[in-house]
Amino acid sequence: MSVMRDGAEGRSPWQDLVGSHRPLLLKLLSGVLVFGAWEIAGRIPVSYAFPTFIESMSALLRMTLDGTLFAAYAETLKPLVVGVAISAVLGIALGLWIGLSKTFDWLFSPIFVVMQAAPLAALIPLLVMAYGIGLTSKVFVVCIMAMPVIVLNTAGAVRNTPANLKEMGRAFLATDRDVILKIVLPAASPVIFSGLRLGISAGFIGAILAELKITPTGVGDIITFSRSVADYASMYAAIFSIILLAVLFLNLLERIETGLFGGNVRGYASD
Amino acid sequence: MVMPQTERAFTPDTVDDAVTVKRITKSYGAVEALKNMTLSFPRGELTSLLGPSGCGKTTLLKIIAGLLEPTSGEVLVNGRAVTGPGPDRAFVFQDFALLPWASVMRNVAFGLELRGVAQSEREAIAEKYIAHVGLKGFERAYPHELSGGMRQRVGLARALSVDADVLLMDEPFSAVDEQTRRKFQEDLLNLVKTENKTFIFVTHSIEEAVYVSDQIAILLPRPSRVSQIIRPQGFRDKDVDNIRRDPEYLDIVDDIWSSLRSYVE
Amino acid sequence: MLVLGKYRLPGMSSLLLWALLWEIVGRSGLTFFVPPFSEVCVTLFNVIGTPAFVKALQETAVAFFAGVFFAIVIGIPVGILMGKSRLLDELLLPWVNMFLSAPLTALVPVLMVLFGFGMQAIIITTTLFAIWIIILNARAGVMQINRSLVEMARSFGATPMDAFVKIYFWAALPEILGGVRIGVIRAVKGVIIGQLLISIVGFGALFELYSANFLMAHFWAVLLVLFAMAFAVSELLAALERRVAYYAASR
Repeated sequence: MSVMRDGAEGRSPWQDLVGSHRPLLLKLLSGVLVFGAWEIAGRIPVSYAFPTFIESMSALLRMTLDGTLFAAYAETLKPLVVGVAISAVLGIALGLWIGLSKTFDWLFSPIFVVMQAAPLAALIPLLVMAYGIGLTSKVFVVCIMAMPVIVLNTAGAVRNTPANLKEMGRAFLATDRDVILKIVLPAASPVIFSGLRLGISAGFIGAILAELKITPTGVGDIITFSRSVADYASMYAAIFSIILLAVLFLNLLERIETGLFGGNVRGYASD
Repeated sequence: MVMPQTERAFTPDTVDDAVTVKRITKSYGAVEALKNMTLSFPRGELTSLLGPSGCGKTTLLKIIAGLLEPTSGEVLVNGRAVTGPGPDRAFVFQDFALLPWASVMRNVAFGLELRGVAQSEREAIAEKYIAHVGLKGFERAYPHELSGGMRQRVGLARALSVDADVLLMDEPFSAVDEQTRRKFQEDLLNLVKTENKTFIFVTHSIEEAVYVSDQIAILLPRPSRVSQIIRPQGFRDKDVDNIRRDPEYLDIVDDIWSSLRSYVE
Repeated sequence: MLVLGKYRLPGMSSLLLWALLWEIVGRSGLTFFVPPFSEVCVTLFNVIGTPAFVKALQETAVAFFAGVFFAIVIGIPVGILMGKSRLLDELLLPWVNMFLSAPLTALVPVLMVLFGFGMQAIIITTTLFAIWIIILNARAGVMQINRSLVEMARSFGATPMDAFVKIYFWAALPEILGGVRIGVIRAVKGVIIGQLLISIVGFGALFELYSANFLMAHFWAVLLVLFAMAFAVSELLAALERRVAYYAASR
């Protein structure tokens, strides 16, 4: 991002420094403001259940050092990874099918369109009744949250493969298999990838929801337990860590996405 | 005015025709895009399909390519009936149709890749044609890094590298700027001379058609038909720079314009 | 989708087929958890009038509309200000982006201890789900406004307030509405997630009641109502957005 102001010859070195690092400095300033406000609000305190920023961070440090956090994440990430993997494989396959076949489009699209708009979390009590409180239910929760966006993105991308590329493939004797593997899939992959990213984002919501609603395990356990013993610093620390983890991971995915597909978004047709 | 031209539209069974179109009709529901069209394309020559928009010239080209199926009638390529795309024909697209995620090298070799040619072999062939169209050094570039004219050179190299007898070109120069277009036309003339291929060339530019063609088929719309076949003769062997000043060239351009004028608007 | 080559089936008609499948599965007695569709429909009409359902619907509606109201009233001005002021934008954007992709469910326990197990926490959850995309879209809408429109306002002596209300809001309207539509869909999910976790209010309480008593048909009936309403809301907003889209192209 180049947001530097140009012009203005003969600026002081200090201005140059501020000018060239402005985005970073402002990010830092923004962090200091928000965490500072958190600290002050905790010191007033605004509520008996509102620890200061420093208290929360030291709780986070303590849990990281004694290994509690790692054990918790091993537990939390299990349904997330399994659920996202299932959703990715099944979702992309279904999406491909829907995108390629008009009949399947007619048959399946409405279901996923409704699922996309509907508050699927409401299914959780039912899943618990059907599959108990174990890993299966949690994986299901992650799947129903993550799947619709993956399916709909894949189907849309496949449906929108540039017609001229498919025609070119046929003109150069591509088989149906060639067209799908060498033209449709590569053309659709940026949108499929961003569908996966959104699916993972929804999967995080599902995984945490499952741990808070079904049975407290992993990070959900830390949150629930520390709340019950009024150790609010640990509770805030656990919540802080899961949000941080999700945001960092999703940012990483977004960077990979621009790195992989950045050049391909341009250059279709005759621009 | 005496024009050096021969009518040969309805004598399609000459031996040296690479492509013959026989009584082709194509209708979309009640709309007839092509009606009972018969035309032949002599081997080793460039034939233009020229006409106002809506005259069905691209439809005819895609039927020859096997990308569209005619409602009735048949297309013969080297005496065999066309049932779909085949290795004897290669297509150059108006909008280039390059894979945006593939390098110039892979794009040019793509036709060979689909035919199952081994990688090292197809890249050697592709490299030759990349140099041939003047893109040497751009093998690792991606389409979005190229100008419109360069992209169409990639499309041309892709069509040349599969070594088909017939090259089908659908308004290949309409999406490039005027200067590039002129250069392309000169290059095309050289290509017709050096490569022993049959070219079928769709265009809506009268000057372009007269400049590059051995034979021009003028198509008229509603109902779509071949109104005239023109074979420019006097200036074909002249230097590329002198064609545009040749009196025969200018006469043919004028003549075509006066017959097409009434179809504009 | 064409049948027999000429009859066009309407887009959502396959749902009828799925309902039929549901009926068959339900009748086969394959699983206790899926009662026949017809039974669910009958239950639906019985449930709709009951005080428990009416109460749940009321509480949900109040929480939903209050949450969406705050998200819009706070989100749009903040987004417009971010689009206008570079300093504000650089200070706030990282946070907005963060909360947009953050798993907000994790924040519900905090809201519960801070605001109690009641309406307040649910309303705030709903707002939190909806607000970020509304801010981001309003910001994007303002940033694409034609410069000459802004200069026109200034040259005719518009006050900042006038420019805000009469230019920025209207010029950014298509993007703002797009944000509101996505925000509202997220709010529907937020309000249900909030109720499930707090579970003594609205549909959350209703679900607890039905699942504790194994009233499967009741459970599905309420789900149907909920999904249908969510879908209707999102279609309604999409239709509204299309009505404004006409001038998005001609600004």
